[in-house]
Amino acid sequence: MKKDILEHELVPIHVILSESDKEKVFKDLDFEQGQLPKIKSDDPVVKAIDAKKGDVLEIIRRSPTAGTFVTYRLVEI
Amino acid sequence: MEGANNLKGIIKQISQINFGLMSPEDIRKMSVTKIETPDTYDEDGYPIENGLMDPHLGVIDPSLRCRACGSKGGDCQGHFGSINLARPVIHVGFGDTIHKILRSTCNSCGRILLNNTEIEEYREKIETLMNNEDSLNDIIKDVYNVSRKDKCPHCEMEQEDIKIDKPISIIEGDYKLTPSEVREKLEKITDDDAFVLGVNPEVARPEWMVLTVLPVPPVTVRPSITLETGERSEDDLTHKLVDILRINQRLIENMEAGAPQLIVEDLWELLQYHVTTYFDNEASGVPPARHRSGRPLKTLAQRLKGKEGRFRSNLSGKRVNFSARTVISPDPNISINEVGVPDMIAKEVTVPVHVNEWNIDEIRKYIKNGSDIHPGANYVIRLDGRKIRVYDETKEAILEKLEPGYIVERHLKDGDIVLFNRQPSLHRMSMMAHEVRVLPYKTFRLNLCVCPPYNADFDGDEMNMHIFQTDESRAEAKSLMRVQEHILSPRFGGPIIGAIHDHISGGYLLTRKESIFTEEQAFQILRKAKIPLPKRKNQDWTGKELFSLLLPEKLNIAYKGEVCRKCDECMLKDCQFDAFVIIEEGQLITGSVDEKAFGSFSGKILDQIMKEYGSDEARKFLDSSTNLAISGIMKAGITTSTNDEEIPEEAKQRIEAHLDSAEEKVDQLVEAYENDELEALPGRSLEETLEMKIMQVLGEARDKSGEIAESYFGMDNHSVIMATTGARASMLNLTQITACVGQQSVRGGRIDRGYNERTLPHFKKNELGAKARGFVHSSYKEGLDPIEFFFHAMGGREGLVDTAIRTAQSGYMQRRLVNALQDLNVKENGLVTDNRGMVIQTMFGEDGVDPAKSDYGKAADLDRIIDEMRIKK
Repeated sequence: MKKDILEHELVPIHVILSESDKEKVFKDLDFEQGQLPKIKSDDPVVKAIDAKKGDVLEIIRRSPTAGTFVTYRLVEI
Repeated sequence: MEGANNLKGIIKQISQINFGLMSPEDIRKMSVTKIETPDTYDEDGYPIENGLMDPHLGVIDPSLRCRACGSKGGDCQGHFGSINLARPVIHVGFGDTIHKILRSTCNSCGRILLNNTEIEEYREKIETLMNNEDSLNDIIKDVYNVSRKDKCPHCEMEQEDIKIDKPISIIEGDYKLTPSEVREKLEKITDDDAFVLGVNPEVARPEWMVLTVLPVPPVTVRPSITLETGERSEDDLTHKLVDILRINQRLIENMEAGAPQLIVEDLWELLQYHVTTYFDNEASGVPPARHRSGRPLKTLAQRLKGKEGRFRSNLSGKRVNFSARTVISPDPNISINEVGVPDMIAKEVTVPVHVNEWNIDEIRKYIKNGSDIHPGANYVIRLDGRKIRVYDETKEAILEKLEPGYIVERHLKDGDIVLFNRQPSLHRMSMMAHEVRVLPYKTFRLNLCVCPPYNADFDGDEMNMHIFQTDESRAEAKSLMRVQEHILSPRFGGPIIGAIHDHISGGYLLTRKESIFTEEQAFQILRKAKIPLPKRKNQDWTGKELFSLLLPEKLNIAYKGEVCRKCDECMLKDCQFDAFVIIEEGQLITGSVDEKAFGSFSGKILDQIMKEYGSDEARKFLDSSTNLAISGIMKAGITTSTNDEEIPEEAKQRIEAHLDSAEEKVDQLVEAYENDELEALPGRSLEETLEMKIMQVLGEARDKSGEIAESYFGMDNHSVIMATTGARASMLNLTQITACVGQQSVRGGRIDRGYNERTLPHFKKNELGAKARGFVHSSYKEGLDPIEFFFHAMGGREGLVDTAIRTAQSGYMQRRLVNALQDLNVKENGLVTDNRGMVIQTMFGEDGVDPAKSDYGKAADLDRIIDEMRIKK
């Protein structure tokens, strides 16, 4: 039986950003897409949520310092 | 020819660095002269033409002119020469690469052992990676793995296995290839194939890894030293080059004379050895070349490599001017912001001052004093940029000419800002800006409160001082690096600079309940602490009232002090030990001042003053409160000896009885184990269970015996005062001296090593009793018996080894962390990027909190904020 990895407690929430969301994030945080750290396109979560190359993922995860923390990854190769 | 003169003063920006190999043509083009004679100087001491010290290679002596570029010694950075090698030799640095390339190419046709489709595939991959500026390491490694075939896909030739005998012998089957043969094979590789093998044909060809011509570095790289005896001593590199030239010459002669193949090959091998050790004298498998004295020569690789190499010793870190280093010693009479500088140092290191019409009179005085009298000056820099030393003879002339625009390098004087540092500089508090206090004698003096951040003591520690040379640096240091700005540590958001040792016991002795002084005594204490005297009130003063004089008016705080006994039910302000501290409106109502009040690492009052009133207030509080504590301790007096650890005979008997019963209990446990009556704890073996239970019993025994001893100690005992207030030592230390030292451990368990199945020959084999496994029944004061002493030494040795290893490990970890993090950049909005602009974190630390300004790591202390709001209502 295959488990849904997105349900696993150690897998944070991944969201694919829409073009308008992307623009807003880049504007708010003052950086460009090229500066983002990358996530592999064969990453299990990337495959599970069906993200494409060039998509920007919003990752919402628990943080020991900030409670929840939002970070961004660019899907590549 | 393009000489050094043409380059002087031209500043260029580097846009690109190409890494490649030097072709023989490049080396010849670069060379100003061919080196042929293996000698340096002739009998008259003149350099020999075409020798290793050929004047074309550059000059060091400023009175000579360089034959190649015409500039004077010092201006000429030197020029390379070259040696034509009679036979090619393999470059040690490339032995591995050559082996890998030969293994991946056909032995007969020289093509890469990949079929055309594979070649095309890899070429494309490499090209895309290059365009993306990505690392090629993985793909090249892949190429070398795939291209190991038994048969050439191009000429169908069977492939003989190629092996390497490190570092430089290449063996095909059973036959050792000569460097010439290796070179021929490498020459056969086409540019296109080389590209797939990771050799970019634009900057390198595989056969250039086999040397046919050797560059000779300029003399400036290998200067000769003239000893006092007039004897000349040559640099190690020169020695090695002499060896190479000598063998090269002999090889040429033998070849010309048509010597037998065997002799030529022997000489060739020797040439290879010399060239190899010239590059790297520590290559594995090659015996190091030695100096006549037997010392191994320091050749090219040794100059660069390792901690003492060019990179780590001369480029990442350098020796600097305007710095001083000496032993440190304490001075409780200076502020935490200050550093005492010996007058000797103050007269040596200088501050450059720009002369203007407002300070010219002051500076005249400095010059008049000269370089020997303290607020003096050492150098004057004139308008034309010439630097002149101030001598008694030249003073008058300089004074006459002095005008605005001159720069005078004056002595260090009181109030100057300097940078003070103690290695290892592990955190930012290891380098802080202090104000100078010029003092007599020869040590740096520092306030005791700054010992914790520097981790300094006075058992011979030395520290460094650096003098700022520009106004900008001074201003920046004053606002960012001053000691008072670092009272709170970013490590845990509390004070790291604070009271220590006697300050704490002093604070306690001054503010405990019993401390009541007559007005005369109180004023004596205050006067000694240099605290402004309050109005007389013609009544006795309590120590708490004296301490309250230093507190800011509106300060409110309540906490449990270090002397708190952690009773089951806290009596709060009615605490019988006076441990509950309440400060209302700047008055110390109850509680005594101890480590929790103003100690480093845990001072609550200090912490609150720093956070609410700022660094100026905190510095004043710390300076005055430590002064007051010291005058307090001097009024009360404090002394300690082993008498403090003395307990009545009755107590000793109780402890003895208790320990005996514990040891008996251990024997019972052992017996139960031997009779198989012991029940194993879940998840443990029988042996582990026994060990755990014994450890528990013995641990309790030590604690209980300690408690018995403690019950005979009172707060009139100075050792106990020091331990309970947190000044120094702990109750455990005291009970170990008085009652029982306790179990010694190695590797986290009872001691079970030494002889065959027993720790010492005094015991039966496999004896498991308390004493046989390192329980120390005696106290330090009583003294340990020889067996106990031995076990104690075992445990003590482990402690020492552990600390030694820990410091080495954490040092290396620190180095790696610093290298990884040093170029990170935090923007105003909290975005963290590396030096290429890549995002590391979108918010610093994920919560954007500066830990130095936080409340012990938390963004804010909500309880306190709510309390404050209640009070304000």
